[in-house]
Amino acid sequence: MNLISFQLLSVVRLGIKSLLLHKLRSMLTMLGIIFGVCSVIAMLAIGEGASYEAQEAIKKLGSDNIILRSVKPPEDSKQSGTGRGSAIDYGLTYKDAARIQSTIPGVVRVLPVRIIRENVRFAANNLPCQVIGTLPFYTEIVGLDILRGRFLAEMDETISGNVCVLTVGLAQRLFPFQDPLEHSVRIDAFYYRVVGLVREKNMPEQRTQTAKAEGDPLDNNVYIPLSTSRTRFGEVLIRRSAGSFEMEKIELHQLTVQMRDPTAVESADPQIKTLLGHFHSKVDYETIVPLQLLRQAEQTKRIFNIVLGSIAAISLLVGGIGIMNIMLATVTERTREIGIRRALGAKRRDITMQFLVETLVLAVGGGLIGVVVGVMVPLAVSHFTSMRTIVTPSSVLLAFGISGAVGIIFGLYPAKAAAKLDPIDALRHE
Amino acid sequence: MPTADPIICLEGIEKRYVLGAEVVVRALAGVNLKIFPGSYVAIMGPSGSGKSTMLNILGCLDRPTTGSYLLGGIDVSRMPDDELSEARGKRIGFIFQSYNLIAQLTVLENIQVPLLYQGRDLKACHEHCVKLAKLVGLGDRLDHRPNQLSGGQQQRVAIARSLVNDPLMVLADEPTGNLDSRTGLEVLEMIDQLNAAGKTIVLVTHDDRVSSRAQRIIHMKDGLIDRDVTNRSTPA
Repeated sequence: MNLISFQLLSVVRLGIKSLLLHKLRSMLTMLGIIFGVCSVIAMLAIGEGASYEAQEAIKKLGSDNIILRSVKPPEDSKQSGTGRGSAIDYGLTYKDAARIQSTIPGVVRVLPVRIIRENVRFAANNLPCQVIGTLPFYTEIVGLDILRGRFLAEMDETISGNVCVLTVGLAQRLFPFQDPLEHSVRIDAFYYRVVGLVREKNMPEQRTQTAKAEGDPLDNNVYIPLSTSRTRFGEVLIRRSAGSFEMEKIELHQLTVQMRDPTAVESADPQIKTLLGHFHSKVDYETIVPLQLLRQAEQTKRIFNIVLGSIAAISLLVGGIGIMNIMLATVTERTREIGIRRALGAKRRDITMQFLVETLVLAVGGGLIGVVVGVMVPLAVSHFTSMRTIVTPSSVLLAFGISGAVGIIFGLYPAKAAAKLDPIDALRHE
Repeated sequence: MPTADPIICLEGIEKRYVLGAEVVVRALAGVNLKIFPGSYVAIMGPSGSGKSTMLNILGCLDRPTTGSYLLGGIDVSRMPDDELSEARGKRIGFIFQSYNLIAQLTVLENIQVPLLYQGRDLKACHEHCVKLAKLVGLGDRLDHRPNQLSGGQQQRVAIARSLVNDPLMVLADEPTGNLDSRTGLEVLEMIDQLNAAGKTIVLVTHDDRVSSRAQRIIHMKDGLIDRDVTNRSTPA
């Protein structure tokens, strides 16, 4: 055993020695493999990083939640341009919330949300904001950090209290010089006492409703009790726009249905759709299932990885062809040496081994350098751009493994060709 | 005169080459030959006489078309390729006209090559190889490469290499062909010494001055042994 490993070692040493005879040639041959391995690792790292970010964003929505949103039905949006005066009645209702809660199995709770765009004022400051009417357990489902004070309480809901909680960005703009706690801000015609400051960990739920298009920051929410929102703003919302106004009657803008666990989400999604279908003549709502989005993102990632991987694999293939080409030239060049070795007792096997090991040294050496460069490239990419990259150990192993396989596959033919030479002809070769 | 069994025993060796359709060349036409241990045999003949084919078959580089070849009592004429390689490695030492050292290896490594293919432990054989290098006068050049040596020195490395596996016979193919007469003489003297020490030498040449050193001179012609003479003029 020791003897065999020693012999193997000496064959490897011999291979390295032979390759060092032509340093430039060996280096250039290795470059092909280096680029191949490097691109496999770098591409997979970038792909992995991109999909990780997407998945994180979706995960924040909660994998055991189903989100329902009121959507203005398309046929009504046409009418609204012409038909003035009459309110368009659409969207999710309090009854929907109650029905889902009571009929769908596996529902833990249903969070109703009203989102109204208004301006919030304090002293001379007047800022656009989203007035979000909701229940106290909003924090648990959406994920809010309470920075100061408290969030809405049960009591606020019961008494329809005029209290509000501000997101920290809005508070800073509204109160540049004062402590906002216990001050009152004015929204529409009513005053609300600020009882807390929060930061949303993620806010994709409101994204479609925000004034993002107008360039406002996302961090501009005012939270008030749901009952307060209902009594102060009513159910008919008036949207004024250049010379005309339209009225909409919406009870709830959003329902977040929290399920017992992710498996319950699968069965509940069609059930909710069927249930709502009975009570809504038009499809004036949409459902978002984060779990499904996650699945889709994973699917996309797989396709992405396959595409990137095959591009990289092609470059490895090209590298392999380069190796084979150079090894064939080497065999021709060293025909004499092969003849000498055969005369001195080398079997065909020994010659095959010698050239195969040489190819492997090229491929594996190139692979190792490629791994080092390939790990550094994604690091550089994330350092100089905001792109996230993830180098997974499996991608490194994959790339390295392929480079070894390329060495064997493309080395075998030249090595066999070398071993097939007739010793007499080989000795006579000039 | 011969007391021991022959080392080499050729019987009815024929070698035919088929060159395309209908054209068959008979390079050897039924050669019978016995060579005894410790002898020094020169094979001579003009080109086309079958000299080279004879050398290839004696050196186990090629198999005869018909006939049997016993090398050290073992029939090598029908051996498969791998066993033939092994026979070459263990039983025959080669000395070539153009030295045939491996360029990327040092003197010592070149001497070790035949051992490598017998799976011998090179470390254990190190002393033996150094001794051989000293024997041919290159003990101080173990780490030199062939291109740093003169022709005579390279041929001496080749001689040391041919001895490393302690072969039954040393097969020399025009060993002085690429050397000037003075270094050629040195090499020939070294071969004489080997023979004096008991090695069997088979030397292929067309040079009378070289063959005159052998005890027995075999002249070949048209694929057959033309004359087989015992050389009386050997410098004793």
